Amino acid sequence: MGARLGTLAAALAAFAALALLGRMLPNWLVLVATLAFAKGLVALGLVVLMRGGLVSFGQGIFFCTGAYAAGLAMRSLGLSDAVLLVALGGVAALVLGLIIAPLLAGYRGIFFATLTLALSMIAYGILDKTYSLGGSDGINLHAPSFLGYRPPSSQAVSYALFVLTSLTTVVAAALCRIHFDSLRGLLSLAARDNEIRVEYLGASVRRVSGVNFAIAALLGGVGGALSALSLGHIDPDFTFWTTSGEFVFLAILSGYASVAAVFFASLIVELVRSFSSQYFPNTWQGALGIFLLLVILFLPQGLGSLVQRRRRASAKPVRVAEPVPAESGQ
Amino acid sequence: MNLAAAILVDGLIDASWLFIVAVGLTLVFGVLNILNFAHGSLYAVGAYAAASAAGWYYGGQIGPAFFGYFVMLGAALLVAVAIGPLLERGVLRLFYRRDEVVLVLVTYALFLILEDATKLIWGVDPYYAYEPYGLLGNVSLFGLSYVGYDFALIALALVTGLLLWLGLNRTITGKVILAVIHDRDVSGAMGVNVNRVFVLAFTFGVFLAALGGAFTAPKISVQPGISISVILLSFAVVVIGGLGSVEGAAIAALIVGLARSAAIHLMPSAELFIVYLVMALVLALRPEGLFQRTTLRKI
Repeated sequence: MGARLGTLAAALAAFAALALLGRMLPNWLVLVATLAFAKGLVALGLVVLMRGGLVSFGQGIFFCTGAYAAGLAMRSLGLSDAVLLVALGGVAALVLGLIIAPLLAGYRGIFFATLTLALSMIAYGILDKTYSLGGSDGINLHAPSFLGYRPPSSQAVSYALFVLTSLTTVVAAALCRIHFDSLRGLLSLAARDNEIRVEYLGASVRRVSGVNFAIAALLGGVGGALSALSLGHIDPDFTFWTTSGEFVFLAILSGYASVAAVFFASLIVELVRSFSSQYFPNTWQGALGIFLLLVILFLPQGLGSLVQRRRRASAKPVRVAEPVPAESGQ
Repeated sequence: MNLAAAILVDGLIDASWLFIVAVGLTLVFGVLNILNFAHGSLYAVGAYAAASAAGWYYGGQIGPAFFGYFVMLGAALLVAVAIGPLLERGVLRLFYRRDEVVLVLVTYALFLILEDATKLIWGVDPYYAYEPYGLLGNVSLFGLSYVGYDFALIALALVTGLLLWLGLNRTITGKVILAVIHDRDVSGAMGVNVNRVFVLAFTFGVFLAALGGAFTAPKISVQPGISISVILLSFAVVVIGGLGSVEGAAIAALIVGLARSAAIHLMPSAELFIVYLVMALVLALRPEGLFQRTTLRKI
C-alpha cells in the first residue's frame, strides 16, 4: 500500500513540476513535449502488451481511432471540450480493441505482430479512400476549449493542452506502475516467459493478455486524441505502418523496467526529429536507425534498465533472480 | 471476357516480380528466422544499381542491346555479394539469440539506414532505364497489346522458382539448407556449419530482392519510396503463403497479384486495402499461412 501512495505522490510531484516548467518553456518546446507525451502514452500501452510477450505492429489503428473519434466529434457533433474529446477518443479505441481482441486472441509472436499490422493497414486503406472523412488529406481541427475555459491566444491553447496531456500522462504512468506491480501485472511477465507454466499454475493467460490488450487500446486512443488536438489535424497516416513502427521503436527503446523512461525516450526522439528533419533532412532517419541498433545491442532491456540498475545497486542486497531467457526453439 | 483476360494477364505479370522478391524474404525467414523489413530497401538498391548499370551500358553504346539484360543481372549479383555478407556478418549475427520481434525491429533500423544510404548515393531524383523495356517488342493477346518484356518477367519468375526448387531439393547444399530450416540446433550438432548456411541463405535472399528490383527497374521510375510499397506487398505475400514456405510464396504471389489487378481494373481505390484484407482473411482461417508446416512446441 505504501508503495502505491509513493507512486501517486511521485506522479503528483511530476505533474506540478511539468505544469510549472511549461510556463517557462518557449512555445515550440511546449508543442513538441505535448506531442511527445501523447505518443509516449501509445508507447506505454505497447509496453503493457510487451510485458506479456506480445508486440503489436499495428498500434497505429488505436492511435488513429482515438484521433478520428475526437476529430469527428468536433466536426460533426460540435463538441469542443478537450477533456470530453480525449475521453471519447479513449473509449472509441477501447471499444474497437474489445471488438478485435477475440480475433487476435490465438496469435503470438510474429503472427500477432503481422495480423495487427494487416488490420491497421486495412484501416489505412479505408480512411485513405473515404472522402467523407477527408480522404488522404484528412481533416483540420480548430482549437478546443477546456471545461468551459476558452484560452484567449494560440499560445494559451498549447499550454492548456500541455497541462492536460501532462496530467493524463502522469495519471496513466502511475496507474501502469501500480498495474505492473499487481498480481495480474506480474502474471504478464510470467506469461511472457512461459505460457504453459502459467496455465498449469491456474491462471488464465487469455485473460491476462486480454486485459493488457484493452489497456493498450485505451492508451492508444487517448494518445491519438491528444495528438490530434495538439496537431490540429488528422489524416490516415495516423494508422500507417511507419507510425506503428515508431511506437514499437519507442517501446523497445524505453524497455519495460521503468514507466517514466517511455516518456523520456519519446521526448528525446521527438526533439531529435524536429531538429534533424530541419537540418539533416536526408540523413536523420539513418542516424535514428543506427541509434536504435546500438540501443538494442548494448541495452537489451531498454533505457529504463539504466534507472533500474542504479536503483538495484543502491538498494539493500536482496538478489532478485533475473528471468532466464527462454531457449529459442528453432 | 476481355476484362477477365486483362485481369488475369496483369495479375500474372504482377505476381511474377512479386514472387521473385517475396521468395527471397521467405527463404531468409526460413533459415535465419528473421522477417527482414530491409528487404524492400534491398529491392530498391537492386533497382538503382540496375538502372545505373543500364544507363551506363546503353548510354555508352558498349555492346549488343540484348546483353544489357546480363548487365542488369550482374548488377543484382554485385549488390548481393557486396551487401549480403556485410549485413549478415556485420549486423544480424549480433542479434541471433534475441526475440523474433526484436529482430524485426533490428531490420527496421537497417531499413531506415539503407533508405538514407540510397539517398546519399543516388540522390533523390528519379532514374529511368527504359531501353531494356522496349527491346522485346509488343505482344498482342486477347485483342489487347502487351509489352513483351512483361512476359519475359513471367518467364524469369518461373525460371527462378524452378531453379530454387531444384537447388533446394536436388543438391547437397540445398538439403543442408532445408535441414537448417527444419532444426537449426540439431543440424549444428550433426556437423552442419550453420553460420555458413546463414551467410549463404541471407546473401541469396538479398540477391533475389535485388533481382526483383533490377528487372522491374525498366518498368518504373526508380526513386526514393519504392521500397515501402514493395515491402508491404511482399510482407503480405510471405505471411499469406506461410512464413518460410517457397511453394506458399508462389501461390500467395499469384493470389496477391490477381487480387491487386482485379482491384485496379474494377475498384482502383481498393488496391492496397485488398491485399491486406486477403492477408487478414487467410490469417483468420489459417493462422500460420497457407503452407506452414505444423511445428513442435518446445517447452
